[in-house]
Amino acid sequence: MYRYDEFDATFVRERVQQFTGQVERRLAGEITEEQFRPLRLQNGVYLQLHAYMLRIAIPYGTLSSKQMRKLGFIARRYDRGFGHFTTRQNIQFNWPQLDEVPAILEHLAEVEMHAIQTSGNCIRNTTADQHSGVAKDEIEDPRVYAEIIRQWSTLHPEFAFLPRKFKIAVTGASNDRAAVRVHDIGLRMLKNEAGEIGFEVWVGGGLGRTPIIGTALKPFVEKQHLLSYLEAVLRVYNQLGRRDNLYKARIKILVNATGAEEFARLVEEEWQSIKDSALTLPLEEIERIRQYFALPEYESLPDWTPEFEAARKANPEFARWVQSNVKPHRQAGYAIVDISLKPEGGAPGDASADQMDIVADLADDYSFGEIRVSHHQNLVLPHVRQQDLFALWQRLSGAKLATSNIGFITDIIACPGLDYCNLANARAIPVAQRISRAFSDPKRLAEIGELRLNISGCINACGHHHVGNIGILGVDKHGEEFYQVTLGGSSRDDASIGKIVGPAFSTEDIAGAVETIVTTYLGARTSDSERFIDTYRRIGIDPFKEALYGNSQARRPAAE
Amino acid sequence: MAILKHGALQPNEWQEVSDDAALPETGNVIVSLDRWRRDEASLRASNRAIGVRLQNTQSPLALASDIDRLSLVVLDFPKFSDGRAFSQARLLRDRLGFTGEIRATGNVLRDQYLFMTRCGIDAVELPEGTPIEGFLEALSEFSVWYQPAADDRTHAMALRRGGKQTGSASTVVNDSVAAMWAY
Repeated sequence: MYRYDEFDATFVRERVQQFTGQVERRLAGEITEEQFRPLRLQNGVYLQLHAYMLRIAIPYGTLSSKQMRKLGFIARRYDRGFGHFTTRQNIQFNWPQLDEVPAILEHLAEVEMHAIQTSGNCIRNTTADQHSGVAKDEIEDPRVYAEIIRQWSTLHPEFAFLPRKFKIAVTGASNDRAAVRVHDIGLRMLKNEAGEIGFEVWVGGGLGRTPIIGTALKPFVEKQHLLSYLEAVLRVYNQLGRRDNLYKARIKILVNATGAEEFARLVEEEWQSIKDSALTLPLEEIERIRQYFALPEYESLPDWTPEFEAARKANPEFARWVQSNVKPHRQAGYAIVDISLKPEGGAPGDASADQMDIVADLADDYSFGEIRVSHHQNLVLPHVRQQDLFALWQRLSGAKLATSNIGFITDIIACPGLDYCNLANARAIPVAQRISRAFSDPKRLAEIGELRLNISGCINACGHHHVGNIGILGVDKHGEEFYQVTLGGSSRDDASIGKIVGPAFSTEDIAGAVETIVTTYLGARTSDSERFIDTYRRIGIDPFKEALYGNSQARRPAAE
Repeated sequence: MAILKHGALQPNEWQEVSDDAALPETGNVIVSLDRWRRDEASLRASNRAIGVRLQNTQSPLALASDIDRLSLVVLDFPKFSDGRAFSQARLLRDRLGFTGEIRATGNVLRDQYLFMTRCGIDAVELPEGTPIEGFLEALSEFSVWYQPAADDRTHAMALRRGGKQTGSASTVVNDSVAAMWAY
């Protein structure tokens, strides 16, 4: 894992001092709320419906057990005993007091964490594949570059007041688990014909009001030129991005307005002039950072673990959990364990302080003290011996952390919705809870198989509904909450934006509508292995419309 | 208006001349980019220092062939949250190699001042009577930076290599510089 050196430590301490002063000036009335707003946002402090919210960065989703315990401590001492893991590898606390935020930031600094640039119109926390370093399909560990980007983008003097927020994601694997095509910049590591590893650069993807799949901007950027290339993209965007309309200010709008080719030309021109500057990354620097991400000292084990196989045969519940939550590991005899934060009837992504402590203990006992956070709002223990899986599962079960639903319909991404957020039009968590109860039968879940369901409480789309295989968007109609359904979205390599199926459903009807969609899929799929998204792409939206609204609706264009 | 430069308030020695006003007999003038284009020949020939005011929608690269004749470029922050001028300053310093004064005007706040100086802005226009202590304090809020920019502040990328060299982002790395980075 990355460890702060004297520079990082000094920097974060100075940042805490700076923000402490800013809070004091605000409380003393020396600066207006308008002037204070971007300062607090760039330190992760939002003003929400009921209180301030603090969003803390978990860079590229990697946490140590010590850091997790600190989050548990903050949840207990400054919040109501909970934290909420978000879709961008951050954690949010919903109830801190403004005057306590500097103290929280000091606690975070003690364990090498911060809340810098988790909000505001700046470069946000850089995200990466939650299985980085251990996934079987990986070309290179993307966290090395995510850390390099974290450093470069932190308090970048030129890009602190961009037209709008800016999100970068990196994947180093052949299967995209970081949703790079729906980020402002998505970086995909690949090998070129000469056998060198570099980056394919995607730009202008994003969800929100105008969901767009990113455009391939540059097929290959060498590692040493990564930062100059990013700086060139940001410089073009900072000058030309729209600032007259909040909803047209993201880079995706600029790319569409200038045209992908012209945009690429502008970036290329800028890049050529800064390519061989002090931004060039010496390979030794990359190696230096890589050493922080060296894999732990694994035991040499056979890839066949008899006691694990026996437990799997003897215990069908354990077998189901293994099937959905355990992934193959690069190292023989080890496994990657996804811990679901989506229990039946729970709020997606929430963890209690006690659960945080338990996960920290489990990480120490079974995973070299390391934890990951996924953009699906789950946790990961990345290095578990297969022979420990059964014991781990038992301990997770005792903490209500053994839900067997990773990648299934109840592994729901949901934003906080109207329960917390002042932008929301409708509640999201209660809908997620309703659906998770409706599909609580583990056998049925496994039968349905891979199906991504995402819920947003408003068109800002923090719940990624556009890229859910089933997407649910809360809308307000004359003061009543309704839910619009989209089908066919995906954030993976086959990224696509879902299509609206028809008129919205009431709070009472939405779970039933999802049930109808699932039944229609099960009836239409050619085999158990045809996933929902494959069936949808094969048969189209009409059979679903028909099942939901009857024949008359199927021919009518979507009314909403 | 007063000018904060080199750590102290200075009198403004420049006269802002609107596009349709006659040029004063003597003294340093600031004109718009349009006026500079229109009267370039006579302004160039005149015996005075010249500054150009850029809107934040105008690319500084338009001044590429003029930069040697200019002593000042004025950049505008119409709202403190509009950060276009940060990139304009970088382009003036790094791409065009401008060594004259870059002055920030408009909604200039202390909490952006350090960013401004890192981007190459070396003077800011403030309403008379603005206390400058906060601005000066802001300059020392950080002792270390992660990235090279248009200033001489040491950045961690260089420090970690044990070198003293700072190097702005515009510094072209040649082999000898690269060799210094080895550690």
